[in-house]
Amino acid sequence: MEALLYLGCTVPVRNLNYEVSARLTAERLGITFRDHEDFGCCGYPLKSLDVRDTLAIAARNLAIAEREGLEICALCNACAGTLAEAAHVLDHHPELKEEVNLRLAPLGLKYEGPVRVRHYMRVLWEEVGVEAIQRAVTRPLNGVLVAPHYGCHYLKPSELTKGFDSPDVPKTLSGLIAATGAQVADYSSLKECCGGGVLGVSEDVANALAAIKLADVAGTGAHALVLVCPFCNVMYEGQQKKIAKAIGLDRKVPVVYYPQVLGLALGLSSEELGFKLNRVKPSELLNIVEG
Amino acid sequence: MSRINLNDLDPSFKHRVAEQPGGQGIKACFACKACTAACPITAVDARYDPRKIIRMALLGMTEEILHSDFIWLCSSCYGCQEVCPQNVSFTEVMFAIKNLAAAEACVPPGLTGQRLLLKAHGRLYEISDFENEKREKMGLPRIKEHPEDYDALLG
Repeated sequence: MEALLYLGCTVPVRNLNYEVSARLTAERLGITFRDHEDFGCCGYPLKSLDVRDTLAIAARNLAIAEREGLEICALCNACAGTLAEAAHVLDHHPELKEEVNLRLAPLGLKYEGPVRVRHYMRVLWEEVGVEAIQRAVTRPLNGVLVAPHYGCHYLKPSELTKGFDSPDVPKTLSGLIAATGAQVADYSSLKECCGGGVLGVSEDVANALAAIKLADVAGTGAHALVLVCPFCNVMYEGQQKKIAKAIGLDRKVPVVYYPQVLGLALGLSSEELGFKLNRVKPSELLNIVEG
Repeated sequence: MSRINLNDLDPSFKHRVAEQPGGQGIKACFACKACTAACPITAVDARYDPRKIIRMALLGMTEEILHSDFIWLCSSCYGCQEVCPQNVSFTEVMFAIKNLAAAEACVPPGLTGQRLLLKAHGRLYEISDFENEKREKMGLPRIKEHPEDYDALLG
């Protein structure tokens, strides 16, 4: 399958390990990513200020994809959620679509819709499938134990994610991890929010939320926490040192992106997969896999 | 909280919220508190309480809501609206309330800063030559900024 790769703001600047591993794993599994140099921010950062601004900015990106006749594949939960939600809202509210198109007209753009938007994990789950991934694995990650973290906008609102995964009993990321041969750690705060959404308003509140999962995952003995969103990464990797100090957590929780884990199982090297950019090093995990 | 004076209440507030995109459901709330029970923010900071915010909005405590710090504590996790038996999209209601506060310039400084970044770069992070050189070293394509489109859209 072919899709436009939507990088958003954070991944292409701060999370090149996620981007490079997503591109390499997609290529190995027969997904063709095309880049589009006109994409920009998805509009999510403006939603608290003006929902209509968010719709207009999201629609600009959707209109670009529509012109190319391709669906969008996003790496960030917030980008995937915002663009999918905007498409859903515009497709169901003709008056808002008309309003947005008046704003897009001076840019030479128009959104007719529908345009499909999926997270990379959803594309892996629905287009490639767990069985095909298992068949493509050349280096099963035996002996590796990792904890999945879905992130809120991956699962909710369920109006957008129904038919893919369930916010109550999520299973797709666990399934994708199991396909690599790694074991999935079971822990009670699986569905906890990372807190990233309030980091800009209250660092204390955001850190208090992230601390719950970090302490929980540290207790499982997992070799890493597996993420699929750069916002969650800001909290669990970027804020980890501060949080660990605040709550007296003496065990580090390595943080990795799912395509990095998948890439190892597909035989790619940790160097190719950008592991040198992981700030809390998954040394034990890499020792088990690469020796 | 101090005593509520009925004469100070603004019965139009709930209608203003309901007119915003996503704010429509607010009037269906029957105060069961499922939203608060599901809220991860309430669990770590009692200042933020979804049910209380809805009651305040329905009563018409406009000033207390729009000038509060707590409305900005929503992490937009959507936990509340997943459990609402009345299908109130409370995360969207919160966006509607924050939009009304923003229209009255009651906004945390970080959020207005993000708007300026989008107008200047079309992205939250500036793409300098340094960024593109780093990308090229890893075999990744260069990225372009489109500030003119974002500036035009945001006026």
